[in-house]
Amino acid sequence: MSAIFWKEVKSYFYSPIAYILIGLFILLTSIFFWPRLIYRSADFNGVLGTMGFILLFIVPVLTMRILAEDRKNGTEVLLITSPVNLTGIVLGKYLASLFVFLVMTAITFIYPIILIAFGAPFTTQLVGGYAGFILLGASFISVGVFASSLTENQVVAVVISFVSLLIMWITDYISGLAGGFVSKVLNWFSLLSRYEDFNKGILGLSPVVYYISFVSVFIFLTVRVIEKRRWSQG
Amino acid sequence: MIEIKNLTKNYGQIKAVKNLNFTVEKGEILGFLGPNGAGKSTTMNIITGYIPSTEGTVKVCGYDIMENPREVKKRIGYLPENPPLYLDMTVIDYLSFVADLKMVPKKVKKSQIKDVMELVKITDHRNRLVKNLSKGYRQRVGLAQALIGNPEVLILDEPTIGLDPKQIIEIRKLIKALGKHHTVILSSHILPEVSAVCERVVIINKGEIAAVDTPENLSKNFGAASRLSVSIAGPRNSVVGHIREIYGVKYVEPAAEKEKEVTSYIVESDKDVDIRRPLFFAMAKAGYPILELRPVSMSLEEIFLQIVTEEKEVG
Repeated sequence: MSAIFWKEVKSYFYSPIAYILIGLFILLTSIFFWPRLIYRSADFNGVLGTMGFILLFIVPVLTMRILAEDRKNGTEVLLITSPVNLTGIVLGKYLASLFVFLVMTAITFIYPIILIAFGAPFTTQLVGGYAGFILLGASFISVGVFASSLTENQVVAVVISFVSLLIMWITDYISGLAGGFVSKVLNWFSLLSRYEDFNKGILGLSPVVYYISFVSVFIFLTVRVIEKRRWSQG
Repeated sequence: MIEIKNLTKNYGQIKAVKNLNFTVEKGEILGFLGPNGAGKSTTMNIITGYIPSTEGTVKVCGYDIMENPREVKKRIGYLPENPPLYLDMTVIDYLSFVADLKMVPKKVKKSQIKDVMELVKITDHRNRLVKNLSKGYRQRVGLAQALIGNPEVLILDEPTIGLDPKQIIEIRKLIKALGKHHTVILSSHILPEVSAVCERVVIINKGEIAAVDTPENLSKNFGAASRLSVSIAGPRNSVVGHIREIYGVKYVEPAAEKEKEVTSYIVESDKDVDIRRPLFFAMAKAGYPILELRPVSMSLEEIFLQIVTEEKEVG
C-alpha cells in the first residue's frame, strides 16, 4: 500500500496537475479572503465555507486519473497481479489524493495566521471549521476515487464526480425546501449539515464517525466495482 | 510447479477457455501456442490472478490462486501482452516502484534492480522516461518488471512481439537462460520461436488443448502420414505407377525435375509403415536407380496448421 501511495504522490508532483490545482485553489481562496483584510473582519469561517464550495470543482480533477488511467494504460494488470490486495491498492491511491488535498489545505493556514497576527482571537470555531473542511474534503475525494473507478475515460470521471458532488451539495437546500420528514432524512444524509456544526465550533464525535463511515463506504464500493469488473470481463 | 485442472472461462455466452488441463514442471520452459484469440492470454491472466476463472483450479507451487492469491502472486512474474508501464516515469523509478510493490526487501532492492537492468540490457537507459523509449526497449522494461522480486515462475505473453529480428534473437536467448533458474510459460503465435526456446509445447485452439508434446515429437508423430523425398532416374509416369503399387503408400507426387530424366517425388505413406526398403527393391527391380532418399519431417508450422484446420473441420 505504501508503495502505491508514494508512487501516486510522486506522479502528482512530477506532473503539472498538483501545481495547477493547488495554485488555482490558493488563487480562488485568496480572492475570497482579501475582503476580510479590507473590511477588518476577523471571521475566517465564512471563507472556509466558500473553500468547501471550491472543492466541488477541484476534487473531481484531482481524482479523475487515479484509477481510470491505470485501466486505460493497462497498468491495472501490474497492480492486481502484485501481492497487494485490492483494498490496499484503492486505499493507497485514495490517501495519495488526500495527501495533495492536505498540502493544499495546509497552505491556507496562512490566512488565519495573518488574521491572528493582526489581533484576531484564536477560537475553537476556527479549529472546528478546519476539521470540518478536511473531513468534507476527505469525503469528496472518496466520491472522486469511486467515480474514477467506473470508467477509463478521465473526462467521464470528472463529470460523474462533479455531478455526484453537486447533488450532495444541493441536498441541503432541497431538504430546506422540502420540510418535515423528508427534510429530516435528507439532513441526516447531508455532508454539509454536519459541516455547519463544525463551522459553528461544535466538535462532536458523531459527525467524525459519519464522515469516516462515508469515506469507508465509497472505498468499499470502489473495491467492489473493480472486483466486479474482474469477474465479468478480461 | 504449476497445475491447471479443468480450467474454464466464460465471457457471457462465449467460452474463451474450455476445460484446460496441464502441468508445468519446475525449471521447464513451456510454450503456449495458438492462433490469435485461442485463449492464450485469458489462460495466462487466470494463472496470474488478474481475472478469476469460471470453473477449475490453478495451483502454483502448491497454492491455489483463488484461496491463496497472495502466495501465488508473490511467486509469479508476469509480462502481459501490453507491458504494464507508467509512461511518465523513468525506467529506474518504475522498476523501483515495482520492487516496492512486490515487497522486495530494502537491503537487496538496489542490487536487484541493477542486476535485472543488466540482464535485459537497459542499464544505459535507466534515467530515460519510459514514454521516450522504443517499442523494443519498452518490451525489455516490461520483462525487467517481471523479473523483479526473483519469482520462481515467469509468465510471458508474447514476449517478442514488436521487436526487430536481432532483438528477438537476444530475448529468446535471455528466456532460455532464464529457464535454468525459473519455470517459464511463454505464449506465442510464432512457431519457430516456440521450437527454438521451449522444451514442451501446448497447442491451444478455440479454448481447447489440441496437442501437448515436445517440439521434436510433435514433428515426428503428429502428421497422419510419414513422408519421404526421393529422387529417381526414370520416366515419370512409370516411376509413379511402380511406387503406387507398394503396400502402404497413400500418395505420390512428382515435385521437380532435377536433371534430365531425374525427378524428385514426395511420397506419403501410413504412419507405421516404413516403405524405404520396399521402395528400394521395387525401383531396383524396375531398373530405376534411386539417387537420393530422405525422410521429410513435418515442420511445426504444418502440424500447427493441420491441427488448427482439422479442428475447424470437426467443428
